[in-house]
Amino acid sequence: MITANHYVMLSLVLLALGVIGVMMRRNFITVLMSLELIFNAVNLNLIAFSFRLGDLAGQILAIFVITIAAAEAAIGLGLIIALVRLKDTVALDEASEMRS
Amino acid sequence: MDFLVSNFESILFFVVAALTVAGGVGVIALKSPVHAALSLLSTFLMVAVLFVLRHAEFLAAVQVLVYAGGIMVLFLFVIMLVNVKGIGPETAFLTRWAPLAIVGGVLVGALLALLVLFGVLAAGSGDVSALQTVDGTVTGNTEAVGITLYTTYLVPFEIVSVVLLVAMIGAIVFGRRDAGLERRSGEAGP
Repeated sequence: MITANHYVMLSLVLLALGVIGVMMRRNFITVLMSLELIFNAVNLNLIAFSFRLGDLAGQILAIFVITIAAAEAAIGLGLIIALVRLKDTVALDEASEMRS
Repeated sequence: MDFLVSNFESILFFVVAALTVAGGVGVIALKSPVHAALSLLSTFLMVAVLFVLRHAEFLAAVQVLVYAGGIMVLFLFVIMLVNVKGIGPETAFLTRWAPLAIVGGVLVGALLALLVLFGVLAAGSGDVSALQTVDGTVTGNTEAVGITLYTTYLVPFEIVSVVLLVAMIGAIVFGRRDAGLERRSGEAGP
């Protein structure tokens, strides 16, 4: 019998993988993909609890999360294009002008 | 065979969950961005299967169309556009903060083990028909989601549409060639 616990566990693993990716990788594109992993972990939780509580609100919230994820991807990939034009690289360490 | 039939949902969940985690590991471990993107694609599809298992059929379709279709194409397009060269070694995984991180990880794991042991979330298995019901009339999941979205959650829906518009304008501004990003000498803008 699969319960909400299983989904929370899987969601935690996905979240941990995403956080590790965001913190460890230097490649901007990979960091954005790790962010998508985190969004998916959130959506899994929302769907699992929507089923557990028998409430549609979780699914509606998941739709909003997907929308925001799409907006985030568009902005982030625009930033990548701008960074490549400016520095000719996607390494995040190269963008450190604001550090004195 | 009886075991297989009676435990089909559990078996399917564990197989799909393993594939999801494998895809996630691939995203953060693979060197080539294209391979990482394809690994992420498998994660998206497996998450869609998990949505179906939790009776969120409309969300599963949206997951496939928007994530696997839209966002993934955007990622692959940018990866091929920027033609990434090698960017040097990654940062070291084990620094002097590693013991602290291990303690934190163990604490979070213990917390989750407690959660499972006492079955805080497990009680009750959910009500499928409630996910398909609007005002007592049983409809399909898609219809129920649509009616709820356009009645109860109409205002958040409109706000999110404005957020999408802002994101679109932002992406266009970042993508413009004369966005002022190429000026390095600090002279005043137009």
